[in-house]
Amino acid sequence: MATASETPHIALTLRDHLPILQVLIPLCVAPLIVLLGGRRMAWGLAFLASALSLVVSFLLMMQVMDGSFISYHLGGWAPPVGIEYRIDAANAFVLFLISLTATLVVPFALRSVADEIPARSHTLFYACFTLVLTGLLGVVATGDAFNVFVFLEISSLSTYVLVSQGLYRDKRALSAAYDYLIMGTIGATFFVIGIGFLYMTTGTLNMADMAERLVGQGDNRTVQAAFAFIVVGMGLKVAIYPLHLWLPAAYNYAPSAVTVFLAATSTKAAVYVLLRFMFSVFQPEFVFDTNLLLWILAPFALLAMFAASLIAVFQTNFKRMLAYSSIAQIGYMLLGISLFSVTGLSATMVHLFNHGITKAALFMAVGALVLRSGNTFYDRIEGMGRVMPLTGAAVVLGGLSLIGVPGTAGFISKWVLVQAAFEADLWWIALLIVASSLLAVIYMWRVIEVLYLHTPHPEAIHKEAPLSMVIPMWIAAGACVWFGIDTSLTMGAANTAAIGLMGGTDGMALTPTVGGLLGNGH
Amino acid sequence: MKEHHLILRVVTKTLVGTIILFAFYVQFHGDYSPGGGFQAGVIMAVAFILYGIVFGLHEVQRVLPAWVVHKLVALGVLVYAGTGIWNMFLGYEFLHYGSFTPDHMSHGQHSGILYVEAGVGITVTGVMVAIYYAFAGRTPRLGNDDW
Repeated sequence: MATASETPHIALTLRDHLPILQVLIPLCVAPLIVLLGGRRMAWGLAFLASALSLVVSFLLMMQVMDGSFISYHLGGWAPPVGIEYRIDAANAFVLFLISLTATLVVPFALRSVADEIPARSHTLFYACFTLVLTGLLGVVATGDAFNVFVFLEISSLSTYVLVSQGLYRDKRALSAAYDYLIMGTIGATFFVIGIGFLYMTTGTLNMADMAERLVGQGDNRTVQAAFAFIVVGMGLKVAIYPLHLWLPAAYNYAPSAVTVFLAATSTKAAVYVLLRFMFSVFQPEFVFDTNLLLWILAPFALLAMFAASLIAVFQTNFKRMLAYSSIAQIGYMLLGISLFSVTGLSATMVHLFNHGITKAALFMAVGALVLRSGNTFYDRIEGMGRVMPLTGAAVVLGGLSLIGVPGTAGFISKWVLVQAAFEADLWWIALLIVASSLLAVIYMWRVIEVLYLHTPHPEAIHKEAPLSMVIPMWIAAGACVWFGIDTSLTMGAANTAAIGLMGGTDGMALTPTVGGLLGNGH
Repeated sequence: MKEHHLILRVVTKTLVGTIILFAFYVQFHGDYSPGGGFQAGVIMAVAFILYGIVFGLHEVQRVLPAWVVHKLVALGVLVYAGTGIWNMFLGYEFLHYGSFTPDHMSHGQHSGILYVEAGVGITVTGVMVAIYYAFAGRTPRLGNDDW
């Protein structure tokens, strides 16, 4: 850091600050909500924070769509010494998904939360929600390995609180939150142990620097142990098939608005971190990395696609069914990773986004049904599609996207995934993808049959959900169709991200291509 | 509630002031000697927790009500982030303390670290006291005489 007297300092503009603003806005709003108090204000501030994040993430994504990256040095300390925020196509895309979902969930939450949580908890609820948003955005935006852990804890701890808020409807939310707490903490601990090992080997915490120093260290036992710890730790957060046990209960008992947000974002952010470590920090050429893909990730992904879908078929509760379907869908994302090609990774990235919006639409419909029927057991929501036509239609659209019917977003991701399977000459995997989609037809048809082909339950309130719920739900459902037809944004971003990730260490070069103006003069 | 022994009460009253003074010492000498916002915050909280243990939750909450504690938790974070935002308004990166005195960056670094550590101290005090209040405020399922 030179003194300013030698070279005049050029003041940074708002545009230069975008990477930090992405995290800083919700980070500042969360304590502000607590400090000011007031329920209405809390909601307004939370909405403001998520809407501003959405604008910031969109601007960032437009800047990095060409495959370049932006590097922001916190405190003016250049990496690898200082903490660096690094935005490239892969994380800008995930940032966009997270802030988009948050912007849809907050208006939805207004009525849903008022119905499910007593008024005195609302202020802290929105503060926690904003903290989860901060944490998830931070995990994705940062280029510093330890920073990932810190933000992971910020988002996880507030998520446990949010899940436990379901206790006013069902006390089992407490044990669900506790399970998630234990599993999540084990995951985070494993992750930080892995970071510790990497720090031991490389002496740095900056991911790009770490990647450079790990070149040729594939035989190092410490590096191998670090890899194992990081994969298992993040695997718990991602809910990779045998590590998924916390997920169904957490999704099922959390308040509806929280489930929407979690299902659409938190596992997705974890998938991103897994990708970042597997492909950017560790060399994809490392023997243990490819072995993991072939012998662990691929079989478990296939197992998840079938086992979780099969369990979903036999559920009697709509919300719980969707939770199991999420585990199956995570299987598709992992399958894309394990195919280990640009097409496979594009499939993962695009499915991450498409599944996010699909599940957002479906879980919002669940929230609307909870508001009118009290719960979402099949015998309780019978015939509700007739009295709530808009909600019912959103379920149908979301369901079609979940199955992967042409013209919906889900079709695009499965199409790319099948393409990747054919590219790798694994035609039987392509067949399995189609076969598991048939299971999705079964479990979605069960819901649609219940919603439309029965007479409505007499104790339910026979009224359409309020507009504040229907509009966000339909934006999400509309997005399922929009991104199923116009794929330039999603596939473009996913492709650039996949090429960057497959570039391995080269994709993490230390010298920035754009944003070089940052850090000038000091 | 039965009052504690006289000696305990007198010693506590004398100690509380000293503990708070020591907390400030640790806070503001953090950049020269071991210490800083976290340690100072814990020591500061100890003063209130000790007072609460000896004189009872009700008494300590007359001095430091629970709602104030919650605001303190949030305030500290805002002080920290606000310092960084101030740097941004001065035309430098978030938390680039050198921007306070661009002619002599290391001076700015010193003052910046004092501001953010003040934020850390406030939040840690708040969190520690809030944890104590949360545990001490739970009504026991069994009273002391029901055993």
